[in-house]
Amino acid sequence: MKKTILFLATLAVSVAAALAQNAAPAGNAENGKKLWVKNNCYSCHGYEGHGGSVGPKLAPKPISMVAFMAIVRHPPQSTMPTFTARVISDSDLRDMWAYLNAIPAAPAYKDVPLLNAIQ
Amino acid sequence: MATSKNTDRRGFLKGAAALAGAAPIALAPQSVLAQTAAAAPAETPARTVEVLTNERPGADFMMDVIKSLGIEYAAANPASSCRGLHESMINYGGNKSPELLTALHEESSVAMAHGYAKIEGKPLIAMVHGTVGTQHAAMAIYNAWCDRVPAIVILGNETDATARRSFVEWTHAAQDAAAIIRDYTKWDDNPTSLQHFAESLVRAYRIAMTPPMGPVAIIANAKLQEEPIEEKGLRVPKLTPVLHPVGDSGAILETARMLVNAENPVIVAGRMTHNQAGMTLLAELADTLQAPVNDQRNRVNIASSHPFYNTGNVVNADVILALEVEDIFMLTHRMSQLNRIGMEPPKKIIKDTCKVVSISSVELFQRSNYQDFARYNEVDMAIPGDAQATLPLLIEACKKLITGDRRAAMQARGAKLTAQYKKNKETALTEATLGWDSSPLTPARISAELWAQIRNEDWSLVGNDMFFGRWPSRLWDFEKHYQFIGGSGGEGVGYGAPAAVGAALANRKYGRLTVNIQNDGDLNYAPGVLWTAVHHNIPLLSIMNNNRGYHQEVMFVTTMAARANRDVTRAGIGTKLDKPYIDYATMAKTYGMTGIGPITDPKDVGPAIKRAIEVVKAGEPVLIDTVTQGRG
Repeated sequence: MKKTILFLATLAVSVAAALAQNAAPAGNAENGKKLWVKNNCYSCHGYEGHGGSVGPKLAPKPISMVAFMAIVRHPPQSTMPTFTARVISDSDLRDMWAYLNAIPAAPAYKDVPLLNAIQ
Repeated sequence: MATSKNTDRRGFLKGAAALAGAAPIALAPQSVLAQTAAAAPAETPARTVEVLTNERPGADFMMDVIKSLGIEYAAANPASSCRGLHESMINYGGNKSPELLTALHEESSVAMAHGYAKIEGKPLIAMVHGTVGTQHAAMAIYNAWCDRVPAIVILGNETDATARRSFVEWTHAAQDAAAIIRDYTKWDDNPTSLQHFAESLVRAYRIAMTPPMGPVAIIANAKLQEEPIEEKGLRVPKLTPVLHPVGDSGAILETARMLVNAENPVIVAGRMTHNQAGMTLLAELADTLQAPVNDQRNRVNIASSHPFYNTGNVVNADVILALEVEDIFMLTHRMSQLNRIGMEPPKKIIKDTCKVVSISSVELFQRSNYQDFARYNEVDMAIPGDAQATLPLLIEACKKLITGDRRAAMQARGAKLTAQYKKNKETALTEATLGWDSSPLTPARISAELWAQIRNEDWSLVGNDMFFGRWPSRLWDFEKHYQFIGGSGGEGVGYGAPAAVGAALANRKYGRLTVNIQNDGDLNYAPGVLWTAVHHNIPLLSIMNNNRGYHQEVMFVTTMAARANRDVTRAGIGTKLDKPYIDYATMAKTYGMTGIGPITDPKDVGPAIKRAIEVVKAGEPVLIDTVTQGRG
């Protein structure tokens, strides 16, 4: 319980900090794509943030940039490492979020003949 | 021991003086005799002839014993300490039952035996040098041990120090050759006579095949192999059918009561099924109780098309029945994740009131050094016995205890589970669309492409899909026990390719279409097994999960760097297989196999699989190199 409160408090601080940065320019998706690979985020979450057996799906339709940054800085109980600003800057995180946000929606499985044939 | 004979007593006496004190002379080769025949005098000097042929070496009797066990194949990288047995196998034994398979690494020999046994349900022989060969084979033996799979490893060794002919034979001899594998074999012996060998090999077979199954090792003394049979009254011992131990009937009755009265029972199956009968029994238990079955995918325990497949949640369970589940602690607890500093106490994730019953043959035999037995299983009832063999008793007991009220409650539960199954399938299909057109390819896309082309065949997936996001397990219908053989057991990398070849060999006589998902890191341990598949005409479709690195380790090193507040971008050093990329299609071609790829465009996967299936149906192996995501 104590840990949950601590986490929520940390999350709130992070959210506030991130909100304060909302005035910052929107991220650069093209650069974010490179950073996504360079920082090995693809390794768990897939090259297009679509998730895998280790990392959850992040794209398409990622969570808000504020929540994204808060989780990267203070991940919950999971295998997700904590990335401080010394390791990945806020600017780089914004670029990566912009990349995830630019990923187009996936088709419905019923529109994919190979998958529709499986159901 | 060679013998000397007098070819002509009269001649010998005449020539004795000339030859006195000289070493025995070998007969000249036939061609030399022919050339000198015309010039030969009417009477030649007598010679002492040492007979250097032996038409009944000990290895022939060893073969008689091996043949009595019905073993189909022996995989071996040729070893001088096994040369006698090798020769007897191919000539005296006619190279049939067992047929000798040329392996290019001892690890491959044992892993082929491992894959073969999981399809065929019986062992084949891996024949290795007692020293360096055993060292090479050790990891594969450990995998078979952890996976509870039978294999017979014959170690060649020159036990008699006075019989070693060179320094190499000294370096290739050991006082206790099986010592380095004793911690992960069920039994070993070092026979000192042929009759001893016979009894020990038959005993070893029984031990290997008795649950918990596992590898065994027998040393074939080189001198026993090569020297003439001198023992009298040799006989091949009888092998009686191996019966599987059944759990205690009283404990089974109590388990049945718990299951029948439970509101949320969950059945968890580990290495449970030995064959199709095991799948049928588990489905019958699930249907009887209308209970979910969580399959740990070490084998096919229940059809993935069964409406209760993977629909259970142990968190809500009031009774958990664990069938040949080895790590019950990790089934019922969570440990601190790697993103936490230090270890917090394990967190129990099941209810305090939940009862856990384990039926497992592993209770009957364990070793202490290697820690594959996992944390202590603090269960409510541990029933030693083979789970598959025990199921008929449990099913019968459950059926007798089910009342009308309980049946109605169970049917309501079954309807919910069926709905959950449909929901799980929908989720899988929806998630499979993510990254559908991505390059590198997603394992979901490759799995869907494969399924479309094999689903109407008699297929068998012999590669583990753990590093492939379990996509085949999520999308395909597994209904036969041979359609999936799980993983290596000990997670020793290098198992995949040779185990797939061994499994494909077992499938060959049934005409099954064998498919392997081949991890790139795994193939690089001993790729020579590709040649073995070609050389022995073993049809096998291998599709590369070529993520160009050891991505489990990329993740670990990234996490370590992040924990240390250091540069995560350097985690690729020592973990990625780039600069240059490895061209697996060319590698396959080098070994004489059809190689296709590398494929980076998802649209090219379907046509490549179509072409590959044609090759496999013609009786040959083929490899498709697909460049894939980091981790499925």
